[in-house]
Amino acid sequence: MAMIEVDGLTKYYGRLAAIRDVNFRVGSGEIVGFLGPNGAGKTTTMRILTCFSPASSGGAKILGLDVNTDSLSIRKKMGYLPENIPLYGWMRVRAYLDFVARAKKIPAGQRAQEIDRVAASVGLDQVMGKIIRWLSKGYRQRVGLAQALLGDPPILILDEPTIGLDPIQIREIRNLIKSFSRNRTVILSTHILPEVSEICDRVIIINKGTIVAEDTPANLTKSFGKSTRCQLVVRAPAAEVTTLLTSFPGVLTARPATDSVNGETAVIIEASPGKDIRPALARAVHEKGWDLLELRPIHVSLEDVFIDLVTEEIEESSASEGLEKMEVAS
Amino acid sequence: MSGWYAVFRKETANFFVSPIAYAVIASFLLISGFFFWANVSLMSLISLQAANNPMISQRINLTDVVIRPLIQNMSIILLFLMPLLTMRLFSEEKKSGSIELLLTYPITDLGVLMGKFLSAGLVLVVMLAGTFSFPLLLLMLGEPDMGTLISGYLGLLLMGGAFMALGIFLSSLTENQIVAAAISFGAALLFWVMSWTSSFSGEKLGAILRQLSILEHLDTFHKGVLSLVDISFFVLFTAFFLFLTLRSLEAYRWRG
Repeated sequence: MAMIEVDGLTKYYGRLAAIRDVNFRVGSGEIVGFLGPNGAGKTTTMRILTCFSPASSGGAKILGLDVNTDSLSIRKKMGYLPENIPLYGWMRVRAYLDFVARAKKIPAGQRAQEIDRVAASVGLDQVMGKIIRWLSKGYRQRVGLAQALLGDPPILILDEPTIGLDPIQIREIRNLIKSFSRNRTVILSTHILPEVSEICDRVIIINKGTIVAEDTPANLTKSFGKSTRCQLVVRAPAAEVTTLLTSFPGVLTARPATDSVNGETAVIIEASPGKDIRPALARAVHEKGWDLLELRPIHVSLEDVFIDLVTEEIEESSASEGLEKMEVAS
Repeated sequence: MSGWYAVFRKETANFFVSPIAYAVIASFLLISGFFFWANVSLMSLISLQAANNPMISQRINLTDVVIRPLIQNMSIILLFLMPLLTMRLFSEEKKSGSIELLLTYPITDLGVLMGKFLSAGLVLVVMLAGTFSFPLLLLMLGEPDMGTLISGYLGLLLMGGAFMALGIFLSSLTENQIVAAAISFGAALLFWVMSWTSSFSGEKLGAILRQLSILEHLDTFHKGVLSLVDISFFVLFTAFFLFLTLRSLEAYRWRG
């Protein structure tokens, strides 16, 4: 059963659509990464799913409950960590978690136990008596995660959970997210790409309010690269190599990677996707009588896919609708 | 309204952890105490002067010289201080963004609002309870009119509640606490003095302005009269602004 079903979700701010006709499903136990540039509509989508804000049209069902009509029941089953973790800085950690436990209607008998369990699971036990304002950013992030985890919600929605942390803290928080995602459905938004490939089962790339791609990180890099790339190093004059390659079937572009050194010419070749031109290329080099020194594929990273998808959209829209609109959206 | 208690506890803790509650309560008690002392001193002075004149001494009583002016003065101090209690209730959460988290907990908007309203109400009750020493002193030394005392305090409580509702509503409109306080004070003062223009603003408009004026409706409480009309005015005034706050929260959700 899909834990989260989103159908035709649209949200307008005035006349500007923050998200337009967004559809996706998230299954039980999945970690889905929401990827997109700033202002793409990630937070808007999350705010609708957490029942903070209603959608202009379309709907979303969480655990089979409608966000518009069963808001309170959904909110009981959801943990949410907003961007910038807004906590009550004047409270002590334990008092804050006690407030959240009460707000989440955890029965009085289980409250203390539940707070201790969650605090231990995110590593807060040492700072329970401290005032939140004086905690380090990493600890505040943990308090934010702890409040989301209170009540053991089956669904977690985390808006940029690692923003503003140092690399060590980022790794710690990521490991935490991984550790408690085993039996939960998690949606997290980010614009940090390694994060997605590291923790997410599936990626939804959103740009300017619409979903532009949705797949596993591995499949995305396989199918959404504009082209397959490889690097060729031969011992031959650069000009001749270029002449050969520009007329070679399947090659889209070829550009020198470095200047020729010792008569070695290195070229980066972009070829049409889905076709391996390496065997044909090797034969051609051999026929010319050049020495083939290197021929290796360059793997497309998720970053390339992301940049491709996002910039493509911008190019298209600026061509068709003029620059004015792009500025509004960004 | 479910879940209000969690919010009530948090807001009350905030009032008493931060110096806000202490500062407001202390100012209130200090100024009320000053007025009480001044009124009692005046009472003793004119009683002395009237001792030889039975005609005047019959007309001097505690209620007119001490209790009624004291309650009137306390209501004016409340007018100044209530905006300071309510200014942060929503604007602070809007500014820090914590309202986003608060509104995604399984608490209804009404629960959130009532938690905040009642916690400010608790501070008001503590504030008023702090002045009970004045009537107790009067009870020990003389025979004050209990009816006027009770209706006076009830009037202060109802009026304080009305100012709180107004202040909370205005706090829900802005992220800036100072703006919330300034507008709350301005609006409360306007409602206070509204009837002053009734004498020259025409018959119909004048009647409406008189009905909207807080001072007009407070008068019966000061006289020791419990009138259903005036009690209803404050209850409706409070309910109206709480209702507007709920709409303002809903609008905030739509924009969010």
